[in-house]
Amino acid sequence: MSTSDAYYIPHKAVWPVIGTLGLMVTLAGFANYLNGSSIGPAMMIAGLTLFIVMLAGWFTLQAGESESGMYNHGVGISYRMGMMWFIFSEIMFFAVFFGTLWYTRNLSVEWLAGFGDGPGRATNDLLWSGFEGGWPTNGPGEVGGEYEPMGAFGLPLLNTIILLSSGVTCEWAHHGLLKKNRQQLIKGLIATVSLGFLFVLCQAYEYHEAYTEMGLTLGSGIYGSTFFMLTGFHGFHVCVGAIILSVVLFRSWKGHFTPENHFAFEGAAWYWHFVDVVWLGLFIFVYLM
Amino acid sequence: MSANVAAHDDHHDHGPEKGIVRWIVTTNHKDIGTLYLAFALVMFFVGGTMALIIRSELFEPGMQFVDPQFFNSMTTMHALVMVFGAVMPAFVGLANWQIPMMIGAPDMALPRMNNMSFWMLVAGVLLLASTLFMEGGAPAGGWTLYPPLVLQTGDALPFAIFSVHLLGISSIMGAINVIATIFNMRAPGMTLMKMPLFVWTWLITAFLLIAIMPVFAGAVTMLLTDRFFDTSFFDAAGGGDPVLYQHIFWFFGHPEVYVMILPTFGVASTIIPVFARKPLFGYASMVYATAAIAFLSFIVWAHHMFTVGMPVAGELYFMYATMLIAVPTGVKIFNWTATMWKGAMTFETPMLFSIAFVVLFTMGGFTGLMMAVAPVDFQYHDTYFIVAHFHYTLVPASIFILMAAGYFWLPKWTGNMYNERIGKLHFWLSAISVNILFFPQHFLGLAGMPRRIPDYAVQFADWNMISSIGAFIYGFSQLLFVYIVIDTIRGGTGEKVTDEVWEDAKKHSLEWTLPSPPPYHSFTTPPEKIPTEHF
Repeated sequence: MSTSDAYYIPHKAVWPVIGTLGLMVTLAGFANYLNGSSIGPAMMIAGLTLFIVMLAGWFTLQAGESESGMYNHGVGISYRMGMMWFIFSEIMFFAVFFGTLWYTRNLSVEWLAGFGDGPGRATNDLLWSGFEGGWPTNGPGEVGGEYEPMGAFGLPLLNTIILLSSGVTCEWAHHGLLKKNRQQLIKGLIATVSLGFLFVLCQAYEYHEAYTEMGLTLGSGIYGSTFFMLTGFHGFHVCVGAIILSVVLFRSWKGHFTPENHFAFEGAAWYWHFVDVVWLGLFIFVYLM
Repeated sequence: MSANVAAHDDHHDHGPEKGIVRWIVTTNHKDIGTLYLAFALVMFFVGGTMALIIRSELFEPGMQFVDPQFFNSMTTMHALVMVFGAVMPAFVGLANWQIPMMIGAPDMALPRMNNMSFWMLVAGVLLLASTLFMEGGAPAGGWTLYPPLVLQTGDALPFAIFSVHLLGISSIMGAINVIATIFNMRAPGMTLMKMPLFVWTWLITAFLLIAIMPVFAGAVTMLLTDRFFDTSFFDAAGGGDPVLYQHIFWFFGHPEVYVMILPTFGVASTIIPVFARKPLFGYASMVYATAAIAFLSFIVWAHHMFTVGMPVAGELYFMYATMLIAVPTGVKIFNWTATMWKGAMTFETPMLFSIAFVVLFTMGGFTGLMMAVAPVDFQYHDTYFIVAHFHYTLVPASIFILMAAGYFWLPKWTGNMYNERIGKLHFWLSAISVNILFFPQHFLGLAGMPRRIPDYAVQFADWNMISSIGAFIYGFSQLLFVYIVIDTIRGGTGEKVTDEVWEDAKKHSLEWTLPSPPPYHSFTTPPEKIPTEHF
């Protein structure tokens, strides 16, 4: 395997258009479904299939090119920058929901309850006199009815331990890769992926409990909204991260990656750590506080 | 930086694919730039048609042509199409064409993703345009999509929301590409502080885009769940707050308007020195001013919400923070003026548009400063004064500079000279009519005419009529630009231009050292000498 010393510029690309078409059809289908149109689900399945075919095709192409030594150091740097700033955009996406939690919990609920000089008192007097605020809350209208808030200890704490451990096993696998210890690399990745999916299972169980036992749903006022939106998007990202790591595991098993050339591993690991850190924020701000 | 020698997977020659397939599968920065620019030009006329529908309805008081719902759809869609379909893609198109050539690179850093970000844009705009034909009509609650009003939209709502998601993905991918290209693909010797200002402003714009597009995506996602999945983010009964949406939207929205103006500054800073035949005055201060404006854009958002009911401390903070923006912006205006001072100026079409930009953007900036004053804004809020303000910062600023960029670089891109007489005619018609169009709107706003209303009291009739006349002159004058673009591509005046096209342009920036038109892959070997005229 030799590494080219020129910056590789692909001549044409068919996957981007296919992926775009897949995503557009999926979203148009979802919109149709939301509007109650019967064509929606079929469009979503067709679009998602196309999108998955694109992912498989595009990544196979990239892996093949990488293995045949077409990417020099400069290409690797571009990919790393791409991944880094993609993760930054994800951080901003989560920041919206953390910000929403902060704003409603510390400002708007307080105003509804009549605290503060300005808009708060009038809102409370005119609209919701008697509402006392506090957190968790499903609002002065008690939207969604009686519910039980989610505790921090028990499953969420276990999930915290699971996810943090998976971050450690991920790094352990990386060290294996750097030391050319294939066994350690593969074992570490298997552990990471398993812990990731275990986390998702626990989360699913927690959701099931919330919906069936606790009366806590997405419709339980602002508490339910922020709880499920934050943990839901995080759970989705764990799934994506675990799938990415599965692909990396598969490639490791196929004997890809050298201590010098393993961008796919690095990118996946960065993403995994990002998902980890988001969970820490969630555990503190959604569950503990 | 060893990254500058290009390799290609072409078993055939270095040339492009044949026919239409070339444009679909292309990874070439010039092809993709052309796609972006052509798409933006088409959208400019789509959005412009909507604007003319609005101005037709407002030509006289009373209801003339359209029903109020459709009128509101038009104001909403005009804004969305112009912002996301015309101005932003046009600047991405310029970035694609120019950045690799200006920093001495063979192409963009991530060419396949480059292709995808263009097609994502098309997909997003298609979803958005499809809403025009839906039950309940296109979104009509304003481009800000404020709840609870926007939640009353018919079938169009989820399509508009997913359109925003696709446009966001497109912008983020484009921005990541720009950052990777600028940091990783510069020719040896092209240090950051030797980059042309257009490259600098785009670098900073790219950071803005990555930081804000996910925020907008998050906001509209909450609209989606509020409408379809029982959440209470923007519903006070459930403990949420509709004002929260406004905060999130404008945290996106204010940097977003700078996404449209910072590259404008960059192009102006590139064109003015060439025609003043002087180095740009205060290069470093231009860079720092751009960064300062970008930073400030993140901490001033609530000046869009002075009348919504904020604590007084909030009003005061956002008022003073907003006024701070005038400082770095003033630095820029000063620098452009100082660049022209005692220059050996000539007034070709790109320079005319650039000078008009400096003058008219200053005016748009001053009205912005007026509205930064919270108690004064209570008077102007949601009147035609704000409409006049932001159109002055977008039309005779961003759009004029896009036109200037077209005239400035078309000869480079095509190897042909455009028709200077028609170019000047286009400029004068535009510059005069744009003021007939928007200047009276200041008076209307100060007199209290509200925006986004299809009918109005009779005392507003005269200025509305004048404004509408200006709109039609302006709109139809832009057809001259289309004629010139097509004519120049097909040979123009017949005069073949030199490599540097404009006198001594080589001293300013690298693209002028390439042949006109430049080769398919810009710098397959790094340039030997970096221009340093801007010091």
